[in-house]
Amino acid sequence: MISNFILAPILVHMLTAIVLMFFWKKIRAQKTISIIGNSIAFLVSLQLSISVWQNGNMTLQVGGWEAPFGITFVSDMLSATMVMLTALVSLCVGIYSTEAINTSRIRYGYFVIFHFLIMGLNGAFLTGDIFNLYVWFEVVIISSFVLLTLGGKKRQMEGAVKYVTMNMLASSIFLTAIGILYGITGSLNIADLPEHVAAVENRGLVTVTALLFFVGFGIKSAVFPMYFWLPSSYHTPPSAIGAVFGGLLTKMGVYSMLRIFTVVFTPDDFIQGVFVAIAVLTMISGALGVINKRNLRRILSYFIVCHIGYLIAGIGLYTELALVGVIFYLIHDVIIKSNLFMMSGIINKIRETQDIYRLGGFYKDYPKLSIVFAIILFSLAGIPPLSGFWPKIMLFQEAFAQGSYVLLGTLIFASFITLFIVARIWSEIFWKDLPKPNSEEIDHFCNFHKRGKIALVLPIVALAVVSLFIGFKASFIFEISERVAYELKNPQIYIDSVMNHLK
Amino acid sequence: MMKSSRNRKRKLDATILRTATNYLLPLLLMFSLFVLLRGHYLSGGGFVGGLIASIAFVLHSFAYNTKRTLRLFSIPPLMLIPIGLVISFVSSFLPVLLGESFLTGVWFADSVAVIGSVGTALFFDIGVYLVVIGVVLTILFTISETVQ
Amino acid sequence: MELLLVFLVGILYSAGIYLILRRSMVKLLLGFMMLGNGANILIFLMGELSKGKAPIIDGEESQFTDVYADPVPQALILTAIVISFGLTAFAIILLKKVHATTGTDDLDSLNVQDLDI
Repeated sequence: MISNFILAPILVHMLTAIVLMFFWKKIRAQKTISIIGNSIAFLVSLQLSISVWQNGNMTLQVGGWEAPFGITFVSDMLSATMVMLTALVSLCVGIYSTEAINTSRIRYGYFVIFHFLIMGLNGAFLTGDIFNLYVWFEVVIISSFVLLTLGGKKRQMEGAVKYVTMNMLASSIFLTAIGILYGITGSLNIADLPEHVAAVENRGLVTVTALLFFVGFGIKSAVFPMYFWLPSSYHTPPSAIGAVFGGLLTKMGVYSMLRIFTVVFTPDDFIQGVFVAIAVLTMISGALGVINKRNLRRILSYFIVCHIGYLIAGIGLYTELALVGVIFYLIHDVIIKSNLFMMSGIINKIRETQDIYRLGGFYKDYPKLSIVFAIILFSLAGIPPLSGFWPKIMLFQEAFAQGSYVLLGTLIFASFITLFIVARIWSEIFWKDLPKPNSEEIDHFCNFHKRGKIALVLPIVALAVVSLFIGFKASFIFEISERVAYELKNPQIYIDSVMNHLK
Repeated sequence: MMKSSRNRKRKLDATILRTATNYLLPLLLMFSLFVLLRGHYLSGGGFVGGLIASIAFVLHSFAYNTKRTLRLFSIPPLMLIPIGLVISFVSSFLPVLLGESFLTGVWFADSVAVIGSVGTALFFDIGVYLVVIGVVLTILFTISETVQ
Repeated sequence: MELLLVFLVGILYSAGIYLILRRSMVKLLLGFMMLGNGANILIFLMGELSKGKAPIIDGEESQFTDVYADPVPQALILTAIVISFGLTAFAIILLKKVHATTGTDDLDSLNVQDLDI
């Protein structure tokens, strides 16, 4: 189906950002406009997903220039799922930010940049042109640079230098890969490329190009040798920014890998081996990194690294069932990681510290909130029947069926460490008594006004409900994941939907 | 002593620069408009035109100072960004209302003297022109403010 | 000409990576600029060089009759230049701010927050 509607999720965020720029210093207007914009974008994304689910792929040839020549926008089920997740997370984080972000940051244009970031993410998920993907990546990283440095504390600056350096390096490598790919194929349209790539005689050059793409995307999604920038920068900005970064930014790299390595390059044994090896090392380094940390947000950052390994492992196995697992895990992971960062923000608001040894007595003081947090934490650990359980089982099964026992062992090891750390977080923050009852440390939450409390807690509860839904209605998510995996394994569907005008 | 001599030297240079700038600023702005308008088939366009225009203002801020350059604008340069974005957005959204793809070029039937045929591409470029001026001036003035 | 550009790309990439690996923030920035220029020339090179053949059809004709320069790499480079312009401007402001808050140019001294766990 060809429709201009595919651009709606991008344009709504762009318009919101433009309108926000006219209300530069008006705090209350900024908050209201942002919530309205996010809500409209949510509805629009929902409409897009339903339409794609019912009618198949939606495409648009921008400017009326037909496929291999112009820029194409394509939404298959994978893109629609990612756009939907982005809309959900951005709505929740947007509401959360109205209270969690201080006024000076809003005055420096927090919401404007926030909407440009989400616009970039939607663009990256929807585009069908590899150079356009690069441009959207740049929109995202420039916005994320600004968000990361907004407010300019010393710690934030130190984290930002590492983040900026690694992301600029990743962009350069990505650009180099695009240049070489254009040189050997003469095309940039993702749907047009597979035919040309298959016709290249020098297979070694194709493998090198594919690996260059893998390195570029790998740095962005924080896989093994190049993951260190993530734990040293994600804990420095405010938790609302961490929630968007942790939930969506690394997943953009994983999305691109899924797209490029199913449609453009078909992984051979060597590339699959590289994926699996990198996945194993990523999981091990993330799991080992998490063990000795005591700052809650640093723990979460290492969790992100560790769990990216699951996704890469699934891509490496490259069977349909493994891809189902990857998609399911992706859906679960986006929701849960954003929610965890927002949770850490609330804990920080209440106790003014992130150190799990100095925290405590949370269950006694806030029993209702603690139950919500428990749902999030145990979903992360994958305790059945919560949401993390199903995709992990699928990945275990598939690793076993493919006979990669090292991978299976690592998956189990990483899950075990996750469970162990979750148990530790639970006992340190929630069960244990507050170590030094200190009057000024205890309650910063009570003197919040009622609307503020709702704005902080409601998004977390909403996302927790979504994770519960994923866990208990797993059959529904499974159906979506199966459809996505089927489309990924049969890239001809994607190609035909773009090239149908040629028939 | 070092400081005072440096100050004197700057003043000395600035006289020539200021006099030249007074003539160069309108000239450069006109040239930037020329580059903007010829951009559809020849080299030029909104981005280059915007850069030339912002260079004109940067030259002015070198000759005088940032504050005085800002006084040339009735609105802060930052506000040029949303205005430019709105113009670009409307011009690229117009074809959607006519049932075409987003960003399709739509042209008026009659061509105007001097400019030639007028279409959405021209308005898109004007939007880009304003955005570029806004962005470049905001960035450069931010950098130069922190220096002082 | 191609061979010369190939060597230039190689030099720009290696010099860029060498500068990124230095400890100074200014050299880091210079390294990225060189890497970006290297990538741009690489893309330019990939579109096969042809001198003085603009991809513009004459008014009277309806299709190309001659060899012409591939316009796509030029469009890509232009976009990449604009993007690297924005990135470089941001990086300069960032590095200035880092220098103002930490008072150092040495990247190795920026790991204070990495040491606390």
